[in-house]
Amino acid sequence: MPKNEQLQKILVIGSGPIIIGQAAEFDYSGTQACHALKEEGYTVVLANSNPATIMTDDTVADKVYMEPLTVEFLSKIIRKERPDAVLPTLGGQTGLNLAVELDNAGILEELNVSLLGSSLEAIQKAEDREKFRTLMQEINEPVPPSEIVTNEEAAVEFVAEIGYPVIVRPAFTLGGTGGGMCDNEADLQHIVKNGLALSPVHQCLIEKSIAGFKELEYEVVRDKKDQAIVVCNMENVDPVGVHTGDAIVVAPSITLSDREYHLLRSVSLKIIRALEIEGGCNVQLAIDPHSFEYYIIEVNPRVSRSSALASKATGYPIAKIAAKIAVGLTLDEIKNPITQTTYACFEPALDYTVVKIPRFPFDKFTTGDRHLGTQMKATGEIMAIGRNFEEALLKGIRSMEIGDGDYHLPNLPEADQLDLINRMKHPDDERVFVIAELFRRGMTMEEVHAGTKIDYYFLRRMHHIIEMENELRKQPFDKEILLKVKKYGFSDKQIARVWEAKEDDIYRFRTEKGIKPVYKMVDTCAGTFESTANYFYSTYETENESEVTGKEKVLVLGSGPIRIGQGIEFDYATVHSVLAIKEMGYEAIIMNNNPETVSTDFTISDKLYFEPLALEDVMHVVELEKPAGVIVQFGGQTAINLAAGLQERGVNILGTGLEAIDRAEDRNKFEQLLEELNLIRPKGQTVGDNNEVLAVANEIGFPVLVRPSYVIGGSQMEIVYDEEELTNYLQKVPTINPDKPLLIDEYITGIEVDLDAISDGETTFVPGIMEHIERAGVHSGDSIAVYPPQRLSENVKAKCLDATDKIAKALNVVGLINIQFIIHGEKVYVIEVNPRSSRTIPFLSKITGVTMANLATKCILGETLSGKGYQTEILNEKENVYVKLPVFSFEKLRSVDTTLGPEMKSTGEAIGYDRTLEKALYKGLTASGLSIPFEGSVLFTVADKDKAETYHLAKRFDELGFQLYATKGTAEYFAEKGLPITAVGKIGSGDQNVLSLINQGKVQFVINTLTSGKQPRSDGFRIRREAVEHGIISLTNLDTVEAILNVIDSTTLRAQPMMDKGAIQS
Amino acid sequence: MTKRKLILEDGTTFMGEAFGSNQSTQGELISNTGMTGYQEMMTNPSYFGKIAVMTYPTIGAYGVNRDDFESIMPTLNGMIVKEACQEPSNFRSEETIAAYMEKYNIPGISGVDTRKLTRHLRKKGSMRAFIADEADEVTDTSFVSSKTAEEWIQKASIVKPYIVPGRGKRIVLIDLGMSQSILHELTEKGCHITVVPYDYSNEDVQAYKPDGILLSNGPGNPDKAVKTIRAVQTLLGKYPIFGIGLGHQIMALAYGAKTKKLHIGNYGVSFPVKEIQTDRTWITTQSRSYYVDENSLKGTGLEITHRSLNDYTIEGLSHVRDNAFSVQFHPQGAPGTNETNGLFDQFIQNMESNAAQNGGQTHA
Ligand SMILES: Nc1ncnc2c1ncn2[C@@H]1O[C@H](COP(=O)(O)OP(=O)(O)O)[C@@H](O)[C@H]1O
Ligand SMILES: Nc1ncnc2c1ncn2[C@@H]1O[C@H](COP(=O)(O)OP(=O)(O)O)[C@@H](O)[C@H]1O
Ligand SMILES: [Mg+2]
Ligand SMILES: [Mg+2]
Repeated sequence: MPKNEQLQKILVIGSGPIIIGQAAEFDYSGTQACHALKEEGYTVVLANSNPATIMTDDTVADKVYMEPLTVEFLSKIIRKERPDAVLPTLGGQTGLNLAVELDNAGILEELNVSLLGSSLEAIQKAEDREKFRTLMQEINEPVPPSEIVTNEEAAVEFVAEIGYPVIVRPAFTLGGTGGGMCDNEADLQHIVKNGLALSPVHQCLIEKSIAGFKELEYEVVRDKKDQAIVVCNMENVDPVGVHTGDAIVVAPSITLSDREYHLLRSVSLKIIRALEIEGGCNVQLAIDPHSFEYYIIEVNPRVSRSSALASKATGYPIAKIAAKIAVGLTLDEIKNPITQTTYACFEPALDYTVVKIPRFPFDKFTTGDRHLGTQMKATGEIMAIGRNFEEALLKGIRSMEIGDGDYHLPNLPEADQLDLINRMKHPDDERVFVIAELFRRGMTMEEVHAGTKIDYYFLRRMHHIIEMENELRKQPFDKEILLKVKKYGFSDKQIARVWEAKEDDIYRFRTEKGIKPVYKMVDTCAGTFESTANYFYSTYETENESEVTGKEKVLVLGSGPIRIGQGIEFDYATVHSVLAIKEMGYEAIIMNNNPETVSTDFTISDKLYFEPLALEDVMHVVELEKPAGVIVQFGGQTAINLAAGLQERGVNILGTGLEAIDRAEDRNKFEQLLEELNLIRPKGQTVGDNNEVLAVANEIGFPVLVRPSYVIGGSQMEIVYDEEELTNYLQKVPTINPDKPLLIDEYITGIEVDLDAISDGETTFVPGIMEHIERAGVHSGDSIAVYPPQRLSENVKAKCLDATDKIAKALNVVGLINIQFIIHGEKVYVIEVNPRSSRTIPFLSKITGVTMANLATKCILGETLSGKGYQTEILNEKENVYVKLPVFSFEKLRSVDTTLGPEMKSTGEAIGYDRTLEKALYKGLTASGLSIPFEGSVLFTVADKDKAETYHLAKRFDELGFQLYATKGTAEYFAEKGLPITAVGKIGSGDQNVLSLINQGKVQFVINTLTSGKQPRSDGFRIRREAVEHGIISLTNLDTVEAILNVIDSTTLRAQPMMDKGAIQS
Repeated sequence: MTKRKLILEDGTTFMGEAFGSNQSTQGELISNTGMTGYQEMMTNPSYFGKIAVMTYPTIGAYGVNRDDFESIMPTLNGMIVKEACQEPSNFRSEETIAAYMEKYNIPGISGVDTRKLTRHLRKKGSMRAFIADEADEVTDTSFVSSKTAEEWIQKASIVKPYIVPGRGKRIVLIDLGMSQSILHELTEKGCHITVVPYDYSNEDVQAYKPDGILLSNGPGNPDKAVKTIRAVQTLLGKYPIFGIGLGHQIMALAYGAKTKKLHIGNYGVSFPVKEIQTDRTWITTQSRSYYVDENSLKGTGLEITHRSLNDYTIEGLSHVRDNAFSVQFHPQGAPGTNETNGLFDQFIQNMESNAAQNGGQTHA
């Protein structure tokens, strides 16, 4: 059926900032959708507030609105653009929720805008738990016994009927936010209350637990002719009870017989048909391991994280096909983009096994609750392809960048047996390693099965790996056994551990013996049709299908799984680098392992190797392709970390050299560099002895910034204000010694500045400088960045440029460089230099119009900046003000402290822009998910050192008509200064205390600053957590408070008495 | 582990390890793309004489159970896999695939680069092959020959008729190598089925006074099945007919059409087929190396009802005058989907309308 000619302009809704449960996969799907719609000749208008995405590039859609994804702003866009239709099903839960809200607001009807993809009815039937259950009853499909409740009492009553354990699931939330499993009444009360608060419709579903069943997902696609197919099914290794997003998953399912497979397939198709979805849909099911009894867990009437995974796992681009279906095309007329000869109406046949492993943020949130349950906690994931489960699993494990890539965590052999057993039974993020350790210790399969309910198939495969380790151990440097374990995915590292040798030795031995992998194509049809897609994975077999061309090639390394500190921004830069390489006529080859991203869309590069980003895997590609060089600077720390090993093995690193990275990262060399260049940095010292810490700190002068040197990514970095806090801190970090010293820096209160530049070694061009709202001390990724800077003098900017130029030259930077400064008065301190792509590249590129990664790539490949008309300068500032705001996922991460500090905690970002800073901030805050209250109450509870400063802020809240509450000390302080304030009791006291105020939703803001020493279980911590869990704005930085006050102030008309008292007396 | 080798007609060899039986065997090499369904495949009579290359790399993960056989005895001659799972896991699993194959004398080779092999077949076209011991010095493959079609069908069919009683339509099912699931579909609809051998005489069939005749799937090259074709010819126009797989080809041949061989066969569970009248595409299971040649339809009265979405070859036919239709694919699925099992309803309807029109008998 031909496409719909009635439509001309389509508004695509993106998914907004990245949060746990809604991540880069929607950039991939959104980008595909926009491309697909443009391909069909439509005008595409895109709304997405996430500047870090590829989809918001002006080349992807015809018009891009990076406005907040709210009804207010979308209505404005719709009024202005008058699209014929809205496509919400590629924008995740955000897109769907907005579609419903837009409809409720009546604007779609008013302006005659149609909805593509899923009808509102379908969305509601799938999303509203009660309607969903009704539908399932109508079509005779089973769901676990459950009941919708709107208060805790009803929950308790219902459970009395069905018995524990039960699952609580709030309606209309994503990634299982606010849900959980409970087996007692106290937990039930707590979780239900929480869930009700988080559910936009104030509903929770209480459901009988079916934990332990096999969990399966079917990715289905349907068109308007009612043709429907299953693109892929997936089986969770972790059975029901662990959120699919947090589970290790295989595709296709392995332990289902044809009967079970097709039983669930027809159920899935029946559901998508019943919902009449035109596009993609995700069906989650559970099946009893001992019978054919099954249940429907849920249905997502849209593309999802799993559909991105299924697309990468099969080569079948679901989002692209879904977009075409949305405009009326049908499966039997859309070409299969991989084969180009067959059609999209078929079910891919895989001739490999795919494993997905989630990536968790607990390397950052060391005190966070690591247990896995029905609420998703992973920030990202990796995918690995192999010709057997073991191979895919082990390739996956070395893609995770946990430990050193071996299927072995060094701390586990020391762990107590009971502790391990406990961790096996109550899954956390490291369970797959715990199981390996238990097998190494001789635990039986039956015991592990009893403790985990993981299917024997998977356990035996894991056990097989350990058996092979033992076999391997007995035959050091034996070629046959080496080849065997390679076929099962063993890394050189793992082999090196077992053979007690060095990774390099294994690599050399292997090369000598000619043991190397071949590459096979992902082609949707198991080799039965000719295919053109250059999408490959490695395996140890006999036929290599990756044909090496005669063209000059450049290999780009991607950034691996998304985690805190290394987000989608790096994928953005990677993609632009690839595009630039293609523009320059080279063959662009990419390696990456993240199934969620645009960079692993096989149409982006000339060749895609879906492989672990580990040294041996990169070497294999290099040896085959013999590229002119490898670009590492866009792939974040993942790629940078590979540079040294690659260079050692003779690989040419293109652009900025290894030495520059080393000089920027090694503290001593860094200090030396700055000294040579006459630049200043905060005073600092490295201390290798506990006894010297206090003396050094005193010498530098409190407050000081402390961090263990060996911890990556700023974790365990803290600001301490006095000796007591320092002593507390020392108790929390492992003992220091000369090998693992502590770094102590002078803490400078000043304006933090982020700057990104491009250099070709001669010229250093700065597209823009960003200034942070929060003073230094809040990680640059967690603070609000403002462009152009509002408080910097021309002199300071010139100094920043000068410093950048000097550093870039000294380091011989060719490509991108990111520098963070602290400005104190007119003094410019350099705190960090990253000679690589940074988090701010997409933001800055988009607002300045300079596609930095593209330009940098061209420099890397030999073009000069001057040749392109650039010189050493800061580009003229734009007139509008642009702000970048951090977005957190604290709702999902229990027990993680929300206080902002030098450790990064945010998972995503949002943009706001307008004529003034306040307007830009208003939009940015809205886009980041805060709805700013213009009236109401504020609760203060701040540390002594912050009281004076807070007073001024409290006063402004008062003037704006807010009611003030505060804990005793703070209240007294304010009252003394004449502010009307209500004092409330501490936690646990009286009927009205801080917590009850929060629990009852009586306050709109909670302003809390850190008291001493950051003890996780302090009152402050509880207050912050309660606020988050009740969806109340919790602010821990006074600069953020001030910024928000300015926003409220600028938009509020306040009631104020006339100054002249006499004149108005009546 | 014993090493074994697969030798192709064109002389190419693949080495691997033995599993299942240690016999040597020969057969037509086909690639099967199903990711599940090996048990059904191995016992599906359409696979008589075949050596299957499984494109999905892990075969046997859910074992072999007592329910999912498509015929009592396995039909496959041999199986080539990347990995044969020795430790299956499924609540119905009773034995490993290797044990099952050993029991029934089916040799297999594991550890083969099955993707390479499949690509080889795609490029060179389907061919015969045999499985031999590593030490066997076989270089001449010309003696590998397949049985004649009639022989295959004879092997796949039955000797004596039997009845699966029901209260609905009376069907004579001519067993050319029927998969069990066809019976399931019909019995579920209450049909009274008499399964007869492929060479049952015309009079004998008529003696059952059937409401309709179903020509089942089966193995082999259809145009060599002269006896069967002739027998079917005598039934044309007299009874509503429904042909499936080989039965479809036989019906076409009986009406005077011709069949041709595909470059490589279609063996798997994901073949899209377009139903022309409704303009809808279905996912189907197929096991065929032949197709009915469109150019040969002229004058036969046959019309195309279904086409392959991949290569446009004929997937379904119906007769303009006679109450007869057929499909190339397997609407019963197993392995694969039975989403086209509406065709069995259509057959029943055809029988009903025939009864209404021609006053044919109905049986309570
Ligand atoms: N009745 C249940 N008993 C036990 N676990 C369940 C039940 N229902 C869902 N789960 C688990 O919770 C996870 C999340 O539930 P789901 O309904 O898929 O919510 P989300 O919208 O977060 O994906 C599932 O992946 C599954 O593992
Ligand atoms: N000497 C200092 N004084 C004040 N704040 C600092 C100082 N050093 C670092 N910070 C703060 O800590 C944050 C993280 O430090 P940084 O060195 O940039 O680590 P990362 O590698 O995690 O980016 C910075 O963004 C800044 O806010
Ligand atoms: Mg789910
Ligand atoms: Mg930093």
